[in-house]
Amino acid sequence: MTVAENKKTIGNIPEHPKSLLLRMDRMPHIWCSRCGIGIVVGCLAAALEKAGLSPDDITITSGIGCTGRVAGYVKVDSFHTTHGRAIPFAVGLALSRPDLKHVVFSGDGDLVSIGGNHFIHAARRNQNLLVICVNNFTYAMTGGQLAPTTPVTARATTAPYGSFENPFCLPNLAISAGADYVARWTSLHIRRMTDTFEEALNREGFRFIEIIAPCSTIYARRNKLGTGLDLMKYYYENSEIKHDATAEELEIGFQTKIVVGKFVDKERPSYARAMNRHLGKILGKKYIPPEVGGPQ
Amino acid sequence: MPDPRYWRKPFDSDKVKSPKGVVYVIKDRCKGCGFCVEFCPRGVLVLSVEFNKKGYHPPEVVHPDRCVNCDLCERICPEFAIYSLNQDEIIELAP
Repeated sequence: MTVAENKKTIGNIPEHPKSLLLRMDRMPHIWCSRCGIGIVVGCLAAALEKAGLSPDDITITSGIGCTGRVAGYVKVDSFHTTHGRAIPFAVGLALSRPDLKHVVFSGDGDLVSIGGNHFIHAARRNQNLLVICVNNFTYAMTGGQLAPTTPVTARATTAPYGSFENPFCLPNLAISAGADYVARWTSLHIRRMTDTFEEALNREGFRFIEIIAPCSTIYARRNKLGTGLDLMKYYYENSEIKHDATAEELEIGFQTKIVVGKFVDKERPSYARAMNRHLGKILGKKYIPPEVGGPQ
Repeated sequence: MPDPRYWRKPFDSDKVKSPKGVVYVIKDRCKGCGFCVEFCPRGVLVLSVEFNKKGYHPPEVVHPDRCVNCDLCERICPEFAIYSLNQDEIIELAP
């Protein structure tokens, strides 16, 4: 929607330009002050606008957690699934409606902890999904328990003396599981994040984008890192863009340098395409490919 | 008028015009995080001393002439409470 079409007003000024894609009637949202999730939602809305997609062309699926609430704030077909099952739900959507774009928008605890198995197998089978993972290094909504992404020596509610577990490095996990498109940005890299979303929306296969976001109330407070604004300044000073980074460089320690960029960009046939090609070759005319679009 | 920070007048300054933007703040939606104030590249904003309905300090436009409609405040705002519009678009918008 262009500005001229935006007839709604709030007070005596025009409503926010993204009000076609975001449910402004539900604002203010539940996320804390200085949380980074809202930035990622705004950048996804901007990317949809830039890619020229209408709200009918896209679905958004979320799991449980702070980031899981995204499904309730977007004005597209969206679903708030059970804990960790955002990817299986979206796989069903992607197989039955291959004409739409399917986005999974969830947090690190949802996607790679309880939903870790779904994540690696969706990447292995190259399901046609865009997975956006907002990584804030903790289980924020349940009170700050130790997450599989919490860096070593960072404190959590269930690790009062600091974590001693080796965390997951999400881009490495996605690369080794075979994802087609892997990128990482922080919530400060708004322009590059928007461009990456726009590029990934027009691609096929399993696309994974990790966004490092500040958690002001839980992660920063428990670790005495100041507020979310201080974490944003830390991203500003300590993130380095490196598109051909090695696996060791991608690891994130506690308040160490963050290597960001687009790490993998390759083409493989997606699951449905590979199935149609293989079965068509083996069965010949006996094979009837599934109808695109489903019942109208 | 050329930017006083440049030591010479750019050669194409008569052809290239930097866009002018107008910043709008939806005050009651703001949670006072200060991201827009901190990262605005032109220093347009400052946190106000007044409170909004929820008890936060929303940003206040102190240098409206400096805004070049770069959209950074709109993108970086986690609350969807601030945006800028190009001045030409606003003229079209008015009846």
